[in-house]
Amino acid sequence: MATIAAVIASTHHPFYYKASTAPPEERPPFADAWVEKILAFRETLTRARPDVLVMVGSDHFHQLWLDNMPQFLVGKAPFYDANWANEEREFGLPRLLLRGQEDLSSHILRGGLDAGFDLAFSNELRIDHSITCPIITLRPEADLPIVPIYTNIFAPPLPQPKRFVALGRAIRELVESWPSDLRVAIIGTGHLSLELGGPRQFGPHGPDPEFDRKAVEWIANGDIERSLAEVSLDSLWNPGNATHGFMDFMLMMGVAGEGAKADHVDSLDLFHTMEAYFTWYPEGVPA
Amino acid sequence: MSKYLLNKFLYTIDRDAELVERYREDPAGTVAWWELEYANKILNSHEAEASTWLSFEPDERAALAEQDHVRLFELGAHPFLTLTLFIALFERDNTEPLEYQKAYGQRLSHFTLPYPDIST
Repeated sequence: MATIAAVIASTHHPFYYKASTAPPEERPPFADAWVEKILAFRETLTRARPDVLVMVGSDHFHQLWLDNMPQFLVGKAPFYDANWANEEREFGLPRLLLRGQEDLSSHILRGGLDAGFDLAFSNELRIDHSITCPIITLRPEADLPIVPIYTNIFAPPLPQPKRFVALGRAIRELVESWPSDLRVAIIGTGHLSLELGGPRQFGPHGPDPEFDRKAVEWIANGDIERSLAEVSLDSLWNPGNATHGFMDFMLMMGVAGEGAKADHVDSLDLFHTMEAYFTWYPEGVPA
Repeated sequence: MSKYLLNKFLYTIDRDAELVERYREDPAGTVAWWELEYANKILNSHEAEASTWLSFEPDERAALAEQDHVRLFELGAHPFLTLTLFIALFERDNTEPLEYQKAYGQRLSHFTLPYPDIST
């Protein structure tokens, strides 16, 4: 059976690519500290020697639209083109082409459906920065095959937080039951407190530093129970109007497991939103 | 009230570079053209299989024609769609980084929680 080489949860900040590649005269003052943290984070994936990446993210009204909106969707395609014109325009993100791991996609789809998750699927999916940001930060070679999994944290009505956790647990079990000798890293990105298009956007910090502090603690300690007790679809509007992206962190806590303490925890207090990075090694920290 | 149609306008303009420029140059004309020619297109379908029932309410049409992002927020347009398109329209006029984005938030500062419902 497949090995879970690492479980990784992260914010996905589309400004990182530009901040880290800009010529010195255009480089923002926070770029060096940010790059340093990302390089340390990247090393946590490199050390795990993954062969395949399961990538959990959320389409930002790119391919998935309100006339046909899935709650949870698994890509099953031999290739995935990546990034969209408005991400190129606003964030300077590059176009990418990633290979797919169709056998694992099929296994997750079949097993997920049989486990009670009525997963949608896509045989032609252009992925966006929720998945390419962690490629850029964690595996810039973009050389490993992926299985993209999209969640709806964006267009209400949304699934309940507990469903994100349950899907995370199911993904963990499905990867572990995949008949393969490959090493799989499960990587998911979401948000801490975040406001987009509202009065609290682009402040000196994230819109709710107290929520961020608690959220980092829940994730780092695998405190699923506490996060489920304190978070609801209604309450997530309060820390910032885009904070439902935190449910992708909850999904990743489900993957890591109740009480699983992260082996790598880091964060960076940026303007606009807090960055946070977590890695778990279910098989023990690699040598 | 059609939050869905407001969102569809923002979405379809944003993803088409020519339409972004057209909406910047001629807001009211672009909104009128779009409502007539585009509003009823099913995006994943052939032209002949368009919808027949979609149109803006007067205040929605006016908010788009006036590029009034504060009113769009109040009407429950999806804030991500509004922000993304308006950055495309106006960030180019910035004299310092994030100037437009910060002013955009400032113009919404009279809103308190709970914000207008964005469910469609």
